[in-house]
Amino acid sequence: MGTSFGRGGATTFQQDLANADCIVIMGSNMAEAHPVGFQWVVEARERGAKVIHVDPRFTRTSALADLHVPIRAGSDIAFLGGIVNYILGNGREFREYVQAYTNARTIISDDFRDTEDLDGIFSGLDREGRKYERDSWQYKGMDVGASAGEREYGEAEGEQAHGAHGGELEHGEPPQEDETLQDPRCVFQLLKKHYARYTPEMVERICGVPKETFLEVAEALCENSGRERTSAFCYSVGWTQHSVGVQYIRTAAIVQLLLGNIGRPGGGIMALRGHASIQGSTDIPTLFNILPGYLPMPHAHEQTGLDVYVERNAPPTGFWGNTRPYMVSLLKAWWGPTARYENDFCFDYLPRIDKDHSHYRTVADMEDNKLSGYFVMGENPAVGSANSKLQRLALAKLKWLVVRDFDEIETASFWHDAPEIETGELKTEEIGTEVFLMPAAAHTEKDGSFTNTQRLLQWHHKAVEPEGDCRSELWFMYHLGRRVREKLAGSERERDRPILDLTWDYPTVGPTEEPDAEAVLAEIGGFDAEREPLPDYLPLRDDGSTTCGCWIYAGCYADRVNQTARRKPGREQSWVAPEWAWAWPMNRRILYNRASADPQGKPWSERKRYIWWDAAEGEWTGEDVPDFTPDKAPDYVPEDGAKAQQALRGDEPFIMQGDGRAWLFAPNGIVDGPLPTHYEPHESPFDNPLYGQRANPVREGYRRRDNPFNPAGSEPGSDAYPYVMTTYRLTEHHTAGGMSRTLPFLAELQPEFFCEVSPELARERGLEHGGWATIVSARTAIEARVMVTERMKPLRVDGRVVHQVGLPYHWGNRGISTGDSANDLFPFALDPNVHIQEAKAATCDVRPGRRPRGPELPAFVERVRREAGAGR
Amino acid sequence: MSSHLIATPSAETYKSESQPRKGFFTDTSVCIGCKACEVACKEWNHVPPDPQGLTGNSYDNSGELGANRWRHVAFIEQKVSVGIEESPPESFVEEAARQNLVSDGLDPHADEDGFRWLMSSDVCKHCTEAGCLDACPTGALFRTEFDTVVVQEDICNGCGYCVVSCPFGVIDQREGDGRVWKCTMCYDRLKDDMEPACAQACPTDSIQFGDLEELRERAARRVERLHGRGHEEARLYGDSEDDGVGGFGAFFLLLDEPETYRLPPDPVVPTRRTPEVWAAALGAAAALAGGVAASFLRGRR
Amino acid sequence: MNPKGGEASMVPRERPTSYYGRPIVKPPVWKPEIPLYFFFGGLAGASANLAAAATFAGRPRLARRAWVGAFVGVTVSPMLLIKDLGRPKRFLYMLRVIKITSPMSLGAWLLAANGGATTLATGLNLLLPRRRGGLPEVGAALLGAPLATYTAALITNSAIPAWSEARVEMPFVFGASAAASAAGAALLTVPGDEAEPARALGIAAVVVEEAASKIMLKRLGPLAKAYEKGEAGKVDKAARALSAAGALALLAGGRRGRSGSSPRGAGLARGRRGAKAPAGGGGDPARRAISAAGGALLLAGAVCKRWAVFKAGFASAEDPDQTINLQRERMAAEGRPGA
Repeated sequence: MGTSFGRGGATTFQQDLANADCIVIMGSNMAEAHPVGFQWVVEARERGAKVIHVDPRFTRTSALADLHVPIRAGSDIAFLGGIVNYILGNGREFREYVQAYTNARTIISDDFRDTEDLDGIFSGLDREGRKYERDSWQYKGMDVGASAGEREYGEAEGEQAHGAHGGELEHGEPPQEDETLQDPRCVFQLLKKHYARYTPEMVERICGVPKETFLEVAEALCENSGRERTSAFCYSVGWTQHSVGVQYIRTAAIVQLLLGNIGRPGGGIMALRGHASIQGSTDIPTLFNILPGYLPMPHAHEQTGLDVYVERNAPPTGFWGNTRPYMVSLLKAWWGPTARYENDFCFDYLPRIDKDHSHYRTVADMEDNKLSGYFVMGENPAVGSANSKLQRLALAKLKWLVVRDFDEIETASFWHDAPEIETGELKTEEIGTEVFLMPAAAHTEKDGSFTNTQRLLQWHHKAVEPEGDCRSELWFMYHLGRRVREKLAGSERERDRPILDLTWDYPTVGPTEEPDAEAVLAEIGGFDAEREPLPDYLPLRDDGSTTCGCWIYAGCYADRVNQTARRKPGREQSWVAPEWAWAWPMNRRILYNRASADPQGKPWSERKRYIWWDAAEGEWTGEDVPDFTPDKAPDYVPEDGAKAQQALRGDEPFIMQGDGRAWLFAPNGIVDGPLPTHYEPHESPFDNPLYGQRANPVREGYRRRDNPFNPAGSEPGSDAYPYVMTTYRLTEHHTAGGMSRTLPFLAELQPEFFCEVSPELARERGLEHGGWATIVSARTAIEARVMVTERMKPLRVDGRVVHQVGLPYHWGNRGISTGDSANDLFPFALDPNVHIQEAKAATCDVRPGRRPRGPELPAFVERVRREAGAGR
Repeated sequence: MSSHLIATPSAETYKSESQPRKGFFTDTSVCIGCKACEVACKEWNHVPPDPQGLTGNSYDNSGELGANRWRHVAFIEQKVSVGIEESPPESFVEEAARQNLVSDGLDPHADEDGFRWLMSSDVCKHCTEAGCLDACPTGALFRTEFDTVVVQEDICNGCGYCVVSCPFGVIDQREGDGRVWKCTMCYDRLKDDMEPACAQACPTDSIQFGDLEELRERAARRVERLHGRGHEEARLYGDSEDDGVGGFGAFFLLLDEPETYRLPPDPVVPTRRTPEVWAAALGAAAALAGGVAASFLRGRR
Repeated sequence: MNPKGGEASMVPRERPTSYYGRPIVKPPVWKPEIPLYFFFGGLAGASANLAAAATFAGRPRLARRAWVGAFVGVTVSPMLLIKDLGRPKRFLYMLRVIKITSPMSLGAWLLAANGGATTLATGLNLLLPRRRGGLPEVGAALLGAPLATYTAALITNSAIPAWSEARVEMPFVFGASAAASAAGAALLTVPGDEAEPARALGIAAVVVEEAASKIMLKRLGPLAKAYEKGEAGKVDKAARALSAAGALALLAGGRRGRSGSSPRGAGLARGRRGAKAPAGGGGDPARRAISAAGGALLLAGAVCKRWAVFKAGFASAEDPDQTINLQRERMAAEGRPGA
């Protein structure tokens, strides 16, 4: 979404779903995974909205939807592309919106070649290097120049790095355009051509969705979009956890842009995060490649320095044009008085990255003995990450491991009870890892904030003191840093200066010396030159007078009030409830809301009014904080040489983008294609019915002996793993189970790991309801109880019947409720933009009965592999 | 026809301390089966864990209401046979889809044109005429000022008579404890003007709490609206004073027959039969006495 | 309970469904002490009647044995009840209230009152050999008869279909069974000449019990399954066999008359004031033994009968169809919608 609209985050808030006339929930099981937010979908339905749930399984969400569409896991782009084709082919797009607010009219370089021309790939593919050169994707006439080669921000997108950067243009000049949208090289026509073969028949063939059902969905969306009506999409990790995950979301973005739903009430794309504060963990990131507020992490280039960084990363137009003030203010927050103009504000203190340091890369390095130590805090990769078996094996290669959690989770206990101990692949006495298990305080035992799926920062207050040695993350990191600094005190080495010069002076409170979380929040919210909390990010300067720990959070501490702790009841304010907590940026609840008004500033309709131009007051007004310069008139035209946001016109709502427009076609900010294309998952029983290119040509598949792949499509041996498998969540459990399988009230609600299969598959494989099944892939085999249910349906894809196997992934061997881990079956196969694993579609075989134990288990897996001819 | 006048059996007892009758309206048409109600109830009331294991009964691993389960979510997976003539548009799609499968030789699900998954949170009905209350010989069970039915755990001696007197199979004896336990409608929370834990936790407002009179009105409107939208199968259960327990304090909107949800279709409080019961017992007693006396007649001739 | 005018668009089902076959009502939480209590309570109540009648009729030996029977009954009964409680130490709480809607409440009071009267009457009759009966005996009898039948009220005043629908006949079954118990207990030790009423009572009781049970099962229709199948069915068969054997033994034990010991003779010989029967008129030991055996058989039969009825309640509770069908048929019979 960052690439399409400018910011990586849900464009709307859950309460707004009640305004939708049609809601498509896809790649999400919202009722089960976001039950509280789902109440607004129910509300929408009560108001007459049509709710459609597209999912391989009939779930508790489907039970409350008007229509459930069973779909083959991994074929969503074909489905959504089919909708794009339907819209364009039938002229159902919201023409005025598309023309004014998207880059539909932009003309693309003559060198650009589409997947239709090259049988499934785009121009610029470097197959060996597994990457694309994007020169041919650029707007025509744009001089790409120095931007070729490494640009830091190219990798910031997606679920865990909901990204960030909008696209930018090299110069501030407008690109070549065709207002009539007829030019065959304009985005609109390229879009048409790209999706021309995504017909309803093709959708049926690829997705297993009957034509009539598909048409019903397409028609429902078209019917419920336009001036008077809006439709919304809700998605979650069912879309992001694919080797083309980012492209899934891009396709939805294209649909919503063509239908004119972005920035409008009841419209938008509701990205449902997989965890209560994952949005926060990308905003104030725990990710290797971005800094707070989605500033890119500097790379190790030959030329370096703040100026070079800004030059490379700050586009001339749009709000990212202010990269320098954002960065300088961040540096001032971190290094305080030491950061001065003369030393580039300590820019050189920032580490440089030289390659992919994402989770799976790190674990692969760990297994290859390249890592000494590892902190695992509030996560359980031994269960929750793909190829969890490899995760556990890798942990045994560390010198030391620190795990912070409420319980001895599988990641901490691996050295004595991992499944690999039983098989003999690991021996406790041979594991050299020193494991430190540190008890963590729960959210009721500490102050702090969550940033939830709708970019809402909500404060939580400590209710009780933590017991015993339990401590918060804040305490842990602060005191760890303090002790490291004490050890380094007096050092003369330059390499120690970044640590010693940090501002590390938070006040501490209470018997445990807990750092004052509000003080940290205040630092994040930032201060202006007079040391007053910032009202928003506009006063940020690049002269070192302002500090701000995260520019998009500027304003969260305005007026010395913890804005995130506001709890004004909903019934005492408007339906938007702006005085409940605080959303970034600047407490805007629906992003890009300028697009809820037409180019002249009038709402597209009374029914869907949200923000409009008040000519008398000379400002934008309405239900929400305008996501726009408040006093920029609709007819504003920038002067020559105008910079940053001043360079955008009064009718260009997507203010983070260089051209102020939403991107149907993405020339930058995405590494595997400017237009989403249906690719088969990394492991799939099918070849690609659309193209010769089967799967994403630049996906990250880790070719390693400990990460073998099932043969796919027509590769020999693929019929040894004939079924599609997918993972999912149950309401009763939480992610990798550390917080739910350890609690009796939750463990008893879903006490055992089970798999869901259709009656047809059960018959085919001799599975008994309530009995056991062994599910096997090239990685390993696991066992699960069998749940035979009509909610799983066999599908007809590309001429034959395919079955799907559903696996809830919550289980591990610790706790009250224990079981095998579904993620053991999946490989490291990642989306190349955000390095997220494809855990939602792969292949497997299913056999009745329990799995072998001990060394018999890997022997069995190997036998199946050899029968398959499975190999590298 | 359901009447919206509600009985308030406690009014006479409590007089000035009487409160408006409180109750639950559980609208199962918006239940998402999340079980927050089960967990919230257990946490607030310190109800012990009650693991049943994987039952295989859809997503219901809680079994049924009992001493250690005061809210219970039922799951029913159903094939819904919908004739083309009476169906909403969606079923055309399903029908067509089925034909696709049929023409390709794949056996469609028998008689299935549609599918639905019913979910419903069951609870003690807090009957107007409560079998458990009428049966209790120690006075442990009593009716509160809110017209709910609550067990005083410091009095109950575990005689178990209430257990067989409940037409709904709600109240039960707690193993290892000896006393009987059931939903109190969070009596302690009501006294502090709060709603019960389950109602507060329910994210979709499937569980609604409030003045029973108002809930009945709301429910009637809700059913009408559902009928208007083509959901003729929606019906209320327990809303009528004319039923066999005088109307429920916790009533429901169901989407199928009550027995599908483990609910009795026509519950009657045993007390309604008590006069007959005693008549027969006393008649038999008289016969016994007479018979004994008569057996001496021969000998005394 | 149906919406105004709404008609389900579901395909009508031939039979009602259930929720995964799970029971609708709960089975009793009572333990074996309870059916044993039914037996001892019945013994107590009927024995009190037998004893009182014997006292007034001037048959002191029969009276004494019957009073002992009654006393054993009223002593053992509370012990059984207390043992069955979930919180036995709280047994006195039974007397906190009198709740007329609760057979258990009234029964507890009844047992207490009868216990007092019986104890008094027993004491008097054991200590005063010439006692001719007075208020204590009357009281014990008047309280004893309901004591013997109210336990049927207890179980039929419940939600368990096979019990509840048997509410008319069950007290007669229990009453007759109690009478048989009382007779049987007395016959264990009573000498032949005074045994006649007990014998007559025992035989009549078995006949009445069998008739009442048959009528009960017929009227229960499909619910009778609970009594006829499974453990209940087996034990009930045993009960009927034992009772029948007992009755036959009683018949055999009273058949042959001997001078001085014939019932007629004994009766004529006795004056209104109940002069002692001729000594040595105890009848021949064989007949006495047969009668005693018959008495034991009756007792065994009565225990089995209570056990069978007890178990039938569990079977009925566990089968949701019993609850559902009963109610659906009632709704259909009353022409109510939704049936």
